[in-house]
Order: sequence, then C-alpha cells, then structure tokens
Amino acid sequence: MLNSPASGAPDVVYLENKTRISFLDTEAEVHRYTRAFDLISDMALDPDRSRAVLEDELAALGNDRVAPRVPPASSCTLNQCGSDEREHEMQFGIFTVGDVTPDPTTGRTPTEAERLKSLVTIALKAEEVGLDVFAQGQHHNPPFVVSSPTTTLGYIAAKTEKLVLSTSTTLITTTDPVKIAEDFATLQHVADGRVDLMMGRGNTGPVYPWFGKDIRDGIPLAVENYQLLRRLWREDVVDWSGQFRTPLQGFTSTPRPLDGVPPFVWHGSIRSPQIAEQAAYYGDGFFHNHIFWPASHTQQMVEFYRRRFEHYGHGSADQAIVGLGGQVFMRKNSQDAVKEFRPYFDVAPVYGHGPSLEEFTSQTPLTVGSPQQVIERTLGFRDYVGDYQRQLFLMDHAGLPLKTVLEQLDILGEEVVPVLRREFAALKPAHVPDAPTHASLVAARDAAGSTPVAEAATR
Amino acid sequence: MTTRTIAVVSAGLSNPSSTRLLADRLATATVAALRARGEDATVEVVELREHARDLADDLTSGFANESLQAAIDAVVGADAVIAVTPVFSASYSGLFKTFFDVLDQDALIGTPVLLGATAGTARHSLALEYAMRPLFAYLRAVPVPTGVFAAGEDWAGGGSTALADRVDRAAGELADSLTGRPAATRPADPFADPTTSFEELLTGR
Repeated sequence: MLNSPASGAPDVVYLENKTRISFLDTEAEVHRYTRAFDLISDMALDPDRSRAVLEDELAALGNDRVAPRVPPASSCTLNQCGSDEREHEMQFGIFTVGDVTPDPTTGRTPTEAERLKSLVTIALKAEEVGLDVFAQGQHHNPPFVVSSPTTTLGYIAAKTEKLVLSTSTTLITTTDPVKIAEDFATLQHVADGRVDLMMGRGNTGPVYPWFGKDIRDGIPLAVENYQLLRRLWREDVVDWSGQFRTPLQGFTSTPRPLDGVPPFVWHGSIRSPQIAEQAAYYGDGFFHNHIFWPASHTQQMVEFYRRRFEHYGHGSADQAIVGLGGQVFMRKNSQDAVKEFRPYFDVAPVYGHGPSLEEFTSQTPLTVGSPQQVIERTLGFRDYVGDYQRQLFLMDHAGLPLKTVLEQLDILGEEVVPVLRREFAALKPAHVPDAPTHASLVAARDAAGSTPVAEAATR
Repeated sequence: MTTRTIAVVSAGLSNPSSTRLLADRLATATVAALRARGEDATVEVVELREHARDLADDLTSGFANESLQAAIDAVVGADAVIAVTPVFSASYSGLFKTFFDVLDQDALIGTPVLLGATAGTARHSLALEYAMRPLFAYLRAVPVPTGVFAAGEDWAGGGSTALADRVDRAAGELADSLTGRPAATRPADPFADPTTSFEELLTGR
C-alpha cells in the first residue's frame, strides 16, 4: 500500500510478481486491498511471537516432528473479533437441500434416518457456533428426505433457542397454500416466532403432475397460490376462488399467525424476473441461490428486484431485502481444502462431471480455500448486490460426511462469520434495514397502528 | 450503406477442415452478394471445435462460460447465420446440435440461415434436407431454399463449377433475404420493466 500523506494523493496498491509490476488506484480495488491488509495485520503475531514460531518450526524440521502451535496473541483475532457483538445487522446461516448422496471417497450412503438426524445435528451446531438461520429444502422424490419441512423444523425449534428456522425452498407451486398457511403458523407458535419462509417453484418436472399440476404453469401457480397464502394469514375469514385450487367459502386458516403477524417471506429464483417482480410488488424479500450460476446472473436479478421494490413504493432500492446463497469449503491451508473437497465436487449432483473445480470456482461464487479467502470473496458479494440482509451457505451436500460438515460449521461460525458481521456492519449505511424478524415485524405493525386486516384490504 | 453482421457456425473437427473451407466460401460469396446489392457486411466465425469442452460444461452446469457466451452472443445478435456441419452417422454432428441446444429456444426466430454440410461422398447430401432444415424450422429461423453440400469430389474441381454455382446461388438467396430488412435487434431484455403489471398478472388470468 502506497500512502502519500504529504501530497494528500489517494492511496495506491502496488503489486509485484516475477515478471510484472502494477498499480491499482480505483477506489473499490484500493478499498478491498486495504481491508485485506488490515485483516492480515490483525491476525498476524507480534514480532517476538513470530520469532518464537519460526524457531519452533526450525527445531521441528531438525527433529523431524510437528512443531507446537503458538496461538495468535493480537488483541483482535479472527477467532475472537466481533464474536460477542451480536448486533445482528445481517443474518448468517446455512441452507440444506436434504439430499442423501453416497460419500464418493468411501462409497457409503447414509440411511434416511441418519440423514434426517444429521439435519438436526447440523442445525444445533449452527446455533452453537453463533449462526442465525437454518433453512431446509422441500422435495418429494429420492434421493431427498425433506418432504415434510415443518416436522424437522418443529423438532429443531424445540432444541434451539435463538436459531431462525426457514426454508430453501417451500414449493409454492405444488403445495396447497392452505397447508402452508396452517403448517407455518403452527411452527410460528411452537417456535415463538423464529420462523420465516422462502418460496420457490421447484424444477423437478414429474413432481408437478404427482400433485395434479403442470410445470408449464409454474409462474401462474406461484402467483395465484402465494396471493391466497397471504390472504389466509391476513384475513380471518376467506372467500376465494381461483384457477388451480378448489374454491374456499367462509374458510378460516388455523391457528392464526402468532401475534397476528405472518412469517416474513422471501422469494427465491435463479433467473425468472417475474418472481423478483412478485417479491418487489409485495415488499417481500428476494433471495438468490447464488451457487450454480455466475454472479452476473445474481446481479441482474437483484438489480431488477431493487428497482421494482422502489417502483412499488416500499422504500428506496437500497432498502430492499436481499438474501444470497453461497457455497464454501474451508481448511486452514487452501491447498488442503482443494484436495479434500475435489472428490466431492467432481461427482456432485447438479454440477459434477462438468467444469473443473478451478473453473467453477472462478465462474461461480463457490470458494474452496482458507477462511481468509472465504471472508474476502464473501465481502466482495456486496460489490455487486449492495448491502444485503441475509447470507446463507450450503455446507452439507454432495455426500460430505457429517463429521466434516460439523468441522466446516466450526470454522464458519468461529473464524468467518464474526469477521463478516463486523465488516458488513461497518459498511452498511444507517437507512438500510436489518433482516426482518418476528419481533421487528410486530414492532413495525404496532408502530404503524395498522392491523393485518387493514393491510389485506389494500393488497 | 447498411452493414450487416454475418455469423458463421462451423462444426468441422480437423484443421484444416473441409467444413470450414465450405463455410468460408459461403461467407465470402455472401459478402460479395451483399456488396453487389449495395450493402456491406462483417463476418464473425464461430469454430465449434474451440468450444467443445465449453459446450459439454454448459450441458452439465446449465450456464455458458465467458468464451462460449461470446460465441452465443455473436450468433444470436447476427443479421444472418451461415451454419455448416460435417455429416456424421447420417445427420449433423453432435457438436453442431449441442451448440443449437444451448441457445435460448427463441434466439433465432426469424433469422435468415444458409445451410451447409460436408461429407466424404454425395450419398449423404440429403442430410441437409431431412436433418438440418427441420432443426432450423423448429427454431423458427428462416433457412434459404438452397442448401450447399460438398462431398470430397467437389473439391477435386476438374473444370466443374457446380459447387461454385451452388455457393453463389445460396449466397444470393441469403443476401436477398437480408436486403430491405431492418438490422437485427438484440433479443428483448428480460430485465426491462415489465409491460404487464403485477396487478394484471394477479387478476388477468
């Protein structure tokens, strides 16, 4: 970093390798390098301890044994910094698709019982390491075990205290909206409000006819069913008729939502602007999977959602509620992470047998490397979606053994998320809202002096 | 003077390839035919061999990498397409088909296309008509009436101008289909503000 306090000229980044040197001077680039430099400075040992570590390593080489590790001693380490702040400016968590996949390194396939129990173990671990959100998918075909989301989420609710329970996604196309209204209002009550949902359409063709629907109606189903779901939660007695479901006359969905406030809803879509439009129309959240495709797709969808959110009068574009997925695998040394994850990546459902790990890492948001690399990459998401409210990581998939997933969650919760919390919070302007929670929605409702029924009258 | 963009898609595998040779002749003849009609043209060639792995990756990952996306953009944004494939196992090659498989279904609607194919012998020549033409009909592109097939013997020459005549006739048909047309417009931006309001979506089923 080149500073010139005397001239007052802006800072410049100086890079050098074997054959070239270069200078970076755009504000965004300088900012990222400054941040990285500061983080590394924070993590580094002081000169005396550095000397001690080097001497130990030398001795170990001489003695052909492993050197004892000296813990970092600076006042702010990646392990500790920010872990007690818990300001919750932004929510961090994990999402699972609930697949039963053989471990390609051992050939072993977990039983359905093992996989379901592992979801619970993973959720409890998420709370233990200080994450905010656990979201699970919904599927109605093998190799998945998550056909009944509120059963597992309800069980997890009973064993946790703070964790927000969510979905990734709830199939608004093929699930009866009446059943969604009932199930998730029930979950709200037993979980004391720690519930929200993410709506998705589902892209498994045969699931639609199994539930009496047609995949070509995906968007109209999402539009009609969600409109009915909103009314079921907001109006005590509903008369309704539509294209896809038997009509309702004098129907009351029970239990009524906790405190009269329905769960917050996110809408997830990889590439359908109509779904971003739906989220914007209602002032709901928009979540981008942000795993399978290049970040440019995410950016287009989020920009569109933010613009339409403002168009519909819910606030300025930068106040729209945005969530992102992400996928990481971490070890202390990035080469170890790559070596361990590669056999899982190479045959992973969805993207295996295609681009190499290196290609996929450069083309999509996947990061396989050190915790520091994950921090850097994740902070970079903000550069193309703006300040956002929720970051979920996919951690348990492709046959990774439970033990490994739990280790990953330790690293995520202890080394990565505390730094992300601090850094994102420092960057976020005051007028950008936090991620909505049951408490914040109740408070907003009370402050506005409106009732859910009054809101229903306008929508 | 209007400048047209012509995208050439060549699925030849060897280098040099007779498929590319035919593609180049079709492109040169088309540019000449457009000049004769008072229009200029730029030609962009997409060699599918260079994107063989990109295409396989797109099939498994569901998205085009940067290099393939540039090729797709060149073809989708062109005023006309010259598509040339070797005949393998009685049809267009798998590589050729894969490229058109990863395009959006609507990407070539209304685009004039000149069809070309190569093979060792003339026995494969009807592959142009029973395999290639239906593919572009499905895509709702507009293939010109003359497709150009070149067998090994066509390159022998021997004083015959048969191949050159077919090339010129097909190029003239492609040029005719372009003159008087407005320049190609990019596909509609899916992220433009919707023309249908969400209220209409809710009520106007």
